[in-house]
Amino acid sequence: MFAYLVRRLALMLVTLFGISVIVFVLLRIVPGNIVDILFDAAGFVDPTDKANLEKELGLSDPIVVQYFKWIGGLLQGDLGYSYVSEKPALQEILPRIPITAKLAGLALLFSASIGIPLGVISAVHQGTKLDYTLRVISLSGLSLPSFWLGLLILMASVSMFGAMPIFNPNPRMWTEAFAIYAVPAMAVGFRSAALTMRITRSSMLEILRQDYIRTARAKGASEASVNYHHALKNAVLPVITVIGIEAAFLIGGLIVTETVFNIPGIARFLVEALRWRDYPIVQNLVMFIAVVVVTANFIVDMLYAAIDPRIRYGD
Amino acid sequence: MRSVQALAVAILAMLTAYDPTLAAEPKPGGIFRIYHRDSPGSASIHEGATYSLNVPFMPIFNNLVLYDQHKAQNSLDTIVPELAQSWAWSGDGKKLTFKLRNDVKWHDGKPFTAADVKCTFDMLMGKSQQKFRQNPRKSWYDQVEDVTANGDYEASFNLKRPQPSLLALLASGYTPIYPCHVSPGDMRTKPVGTGPFKFVEFKANESIKLTKNPDYWKKGLPYLDGIEFTIITNRSTAVLGFISGKFDMTFPTEVTIPLLKDVKAQAPNAVCVLEPNNVSTNIIVNSSNPPFDNIDVRRALALALDRKAFIQIQFEGQADIGGTMQPGPAGLWAMPKEMLETIPGYGPDIEKNRDEARKLMQKAGFGPDKRLAIKIATRNIPIYRDPAIVLIDQIKSIYIDAELDVVDTAQWFPKVARKDYSLGLNLTGNAVDDPDQSFYENYACGSERNYTGYCNREIEKLFDQQSAEPDLNKRKKLVWEIDKKLQEDVARPIIFHSRSGTCWQPYVKNITIMSNSSYNGFRYEDVWLDK
Repeated sequence: MFAYLVRRLALMLVTLFGISVIVFVLLRIVPGNIVDILFDAAGFVDPTDKANLEKELGLSDPIVVQYFKWIGGLLQGDLGYSYVSEKPALQEILPRIPITAKLAGLALLFSASIGIPLGVISAVHQGTKLDYTLRVISLSGLSLPSFWLGLLILMASVSMFGAMPIFNPNPRMWTEAFAIYAVPAMAVGFRSAALTMRITRSSMLEILRQDYIRTARAKGASEASVNYHHALKNAVLPVITVIGIEAAFLIGGLIVTETVFNIPGIARFLVEALRWRDYPIVQNLVMFIAVVVVTANFIVDMLYAAIDPRIRYGD
Repeated sequence: MRSVQALAVAILAMLTAYDPTLAAEPKPGGIFRIYHRDSPGSASIHEGATYSLNVPFMPIFNNLVLYDQHKAQNSLDTIVPELAQSWAWSGDGKKLTFKLRNDVKWHDGKPFTAADVKCTFDMLMGKSQQKFRQNPRKSWYDQVEDVTANGDYEASFNLKRPQPSLLALLASGYTPIYPCHVSPGDMRTKPVGTGPFKFVEFKANESIKLTKNPDYWKKGLPYLDGIEFTIITNRSTAVLGFISGKFDMTFPTEVTIPLLKDVKAQAPNAVCVLEPNNVSTNIIVNSSNPPFDNIDVRRALALALDRKAFIQIQFEGQADIGGTMQPGPAGLWAMPKEMLETIPGYGPDIEKNRDEARKLMQKAGFGPDKRLAIKIATRNIPIYRDPAIVLIDQIKSIYIDAELDVVDTAQWFPKVARKDYSLGLNLTGNAVDDPDQSFYENYACGSERNYTGYCNREIEKLFDQQSAEPDLNKRKKLVWEIDKKLQEDVARPIIFHSRSGTCWQPYVKNITIMSNSSYNGFRYEDVWLDK
């Protein structure tokens, strides 16, 4: 087990190194940098001033030098300065992480707490009206783009309640605090819940046809015990895999949701930083997201062993 | 009995004519909440070229002089003193002297003096040790030899030649006075001004907060306790926020005509105005390369335009046709309609114009069997893309098959500067409704914003002539003549001048939206909330 853990951690480090190189090079391959944007948006191009600013920001250094400066700083906890706000990148990124973490956590919670039970119900009642209804709901969850669903929720809120749940850093009541996270989490988590439900359903259907389920029923176990104790426990493995992958994919959905609900999290910030070619912010944010995804995958792998006694990570 | 009836009628008439808001005493207090359309790159007005900066940061500063904030049409006659108590031109028109106020303090408590005026303009002219990161309006001061401080409370602008419109440039929201003792870097992140509001914080992509300056030199002002801008990049979310009452005002001149209808339907009490904004949509033509190096092809292009169709499709008929200068009645320098219609392509008979255009194209070697294939480059944002699509459709009628080439904003100006295009669809905003700003910036030989590289020394002489002309009527005639020539030369064919909407809640008082500039009307010192 120890050797496995060491191998996994080493693999994580190699993956992160690869990502750092890819993101660094890709950013510089994309045409235009912050200096181009600042000067050319103003319609004024003075080559000397432009060159001076590129030098000041370190953009005139060779790319390898720029990379090692960044990685060297990163390893020492120095993330550099945002080109746009001229504030330390860490100061810009840190306050946004809890906001996105809350939103992503709630979205995943929503996805699991809705998707798994409904998946079980749908499988247990296969072929009934209830099953068909739930399958239509899950299909709509997969088909509705989250930006459209988000806008629809906002429009409905305004027309029904005369208010809208967009972000407010200082909510007056707990209900407002809850709404500003829960509503967007539902908008972004709906697709993920639908996927979880479909995976749970198909996995459950497969398990429910197993001999040991028939045996459990023959021994007089209650339906609830058969479904949730014997079947779900074995059906949940692929669901965990999907939730792990969804956690990684969530960042894409969050970009849209944070924009529509005006939430100042890291996903929207990443897009804005890309727009400005604010390299220190983009590089460090992508690395942060990479660390989260790699860690989530690692946790999912560890969970397999914890949930399924047949899986053991040997030396 | 009759006299009693008459008295009752008179009282009733007085009551119905009485508008409580007109007579109401301004109420101090309250936070003015506005949504902002995007996150400006910095807080330094002098280093920006977008009104995304002017709107939130203009309330922090003062100018020497400013356009009257309650007169929608900016002109030399609406300029009022601010940090300057008065101004005077020398007899030869080459020296402009300002007497400055002696009771003004910067937000950090230091006194404002003429040295700050000199510092500001030395930086703008690139003459000081401290430099701006970028200085997009340096060319505004090309005719200024130097600025001198005569003691603490007098400053003079010494000009190379008379330029009456210098005062118009100084009254723009783009011309605040900066403090000498604060570096340009600090002004980008923590601006210090003398204005009615102090800077509190700017959280990128989140919010900008200003608070009342209790020591403002205009006693009793501002009325508001503060202004908060919430940055909302998604237009639908922002407008819904306004409708739901989360905001007191929309971002100025940012509401499109269809959205304006939505707002009026869902928030019928909202006050909405639709004003021209001195932004023209135009075609940039690369005349250095074939086929547009041929004047016949350029003229054919100008003749093919159906401007009314553009306006109908994009603005439901609510935009204006004109030349380089903003059309009247909001624009001060627009040539008369009769003169405009004599320019090729501006006449009312579109089919006749297009027949002529087809003949010119055939003369240049193109026709139904030999169509010209080109790309139309434009920025990848709707206000650029939409008219480009209409343009592609219209020029099909003159044997041109165009393809849309959408370009990321970061690449748009570099591409244009490289002249890596045949035709481009561009928008040009004017900070001041004055020919000096428009002509020199967009059409002077070698100007940084003369994207097409158009250069006509004869016309340039006329630029100088109009610029130095003190007689307003004579200057106007010269400006019309220049504008007509620019259109005839197909230097940068103007398609239309847009209008845009602004809405505010009925309790917001003293808002005036400028009708010939989007850059100058955001001091907000006497705005108040009637609630």
